[in-house]
Amino acid sequence: MLKKRIIPCLDIANGRTVKGINFVDLIDAGDPIELAQKYVEQGADELVFLDIAATIENRGTLVELVKQIAKEINIPFTVGGGINSVSDVSKIINAGADKISVNSSAVKNPKLISDIAQEFGNQCVVVAIDTKLIGDTWKVFVHGGRTETPLKTLDWAKEIETLGAGEILLTSMNNDGTKAGFALDITKQVSELVNIPVIASGGAGTKEHFIEVFEQTKATGALAASIFHYGEIPIPELKQYLREQIINVRITN
Amino acid sequence: MIAIIKYNAGNVTSVQNAISNLGYESIITDDPALIRAADKVIFPGVGEASTAMNYLKERELDALIKSLQQPTLGICLGLQLMCKYSEEGDTTCLGIFDTPVKRFPENDIVPHMGWNNFSSAQSPIFKDVDLNNDVYYVHSYYAEINEHTIATCDYILPFGTAFQKDNFYAMQFHPEKSATVGYHLLKNFLEL
Repeated sequence: MLKKRIIPCLDIANGRTVKGINFVDLIDAGDPIELAQKYVEQGADELVFLDIAATIENRGTLVELVKQIAKEINIPFTVGGGINSVSDVSKIINAGADKISVNSSAVKNPKLISDIAQEFGNQCVVVAIDTKLIGDTWKVFVHGGRTETPLKTLDWAKEIETLGAGEILLTSMNNDGTKAGFALDITKQVSELVNIPVIASGGAGTKEHFIEVFEQTKATGALAASIFHYGEIPIPELKQYLREQIINVRITN
Repeated sequence: MIAIIKYNAGNVTSVQNAISNLGYESIITDDPALIRAADKVIFPGVGEASTAMNYLKERELDALIKSLQQPTLGICLGLQLMCKYSEEGDTTCLGIFDTPVKRFPENDIVPHMGWNNFSSAQSPIFKDVDLNNDVYYVHSYYAEINEHTIATCDYILPFGTAFQKDNFYAMQFHPEKSATVGYHLLKNFLEL
């Protein structure tokens, strides 16, 4: 049986892992390679590296860091941040990443999704959606959560599936950094709307939050950062707990 | 020397990294002489079947791969191209394994992406591998089970996840991305 994935996310700025609350107030959270290796040993199912400084400072993602990561770890990983073209993707994939994620650049130019899918396959295209509840509508935000777009999250999710996205990484800005749990309503709606994998992100604070998101939505993966970085919930303990609650996860022997 | 066949099919860096981490030297090449002379050949690949087959044909790598005598391992798209035919792009493939490759019905999420288990049959490639471990999959097309299937997996329906015929081996999952168990399988192949 296919297992639910537990995915630590490493936000990268200037070669270091950082973590902020609601996308601002960044603090240092360690060396990305060391953290990545630790997570692999602990049984993480995939890793996501987001170069959060890339869009802001208008520079490409750190290809050298990707090469190093690819040499050190033997599970799949996604790289995102500042990817604006097929040529950016080519550099990251050739450096050894398995998937790339696009966000602002895909909103600006949706054709980028189909262009990447055509060149490298759908499986390699993760579209990240940063979403926030405005009134009673979940809207899409770009530029690290600083800019609201006219797009409704559900419309955008359907559109990117049609364009050839292989996966959706859905982050609720209302929940991110709060440790109050995943945004179950929008995660449920998106994961029931599309037929590609949806990764829930933003708000994980307890082991129960993972049970909630896997039981109440069709998300096939859950992503978190700070609870793993600071060892608040060790991955083996989380997975053991999930398995006891009859959520199918990979346990490494 | 291990030859990794170079063609326009995605990320082969991780395959080379894995082989290097296991202590073997490899070369990524489309040079027929180097491929023929290699101790083992790996035919990796992520991408679209018809584009990949066209690329192989243009360089006459299709006939070369079929004629190889040394242990040869297809991974993911490599496995699918070693089959007879793929629905992806209506593609005639190499025909090493006499079985078709079909698209998963949309009864569940496609692609099949993530960690899933497999069942084993007798093959040296599974030597001492603990079958309780999961391996990493990402694919939208699957190979039908046939007499050369040495392991199956179940997602939406049962499909062939590993094949062996003579010197040809193939895996649908990504051993190079499947943590310890994946490295174990690759090591078994490299030690054949």
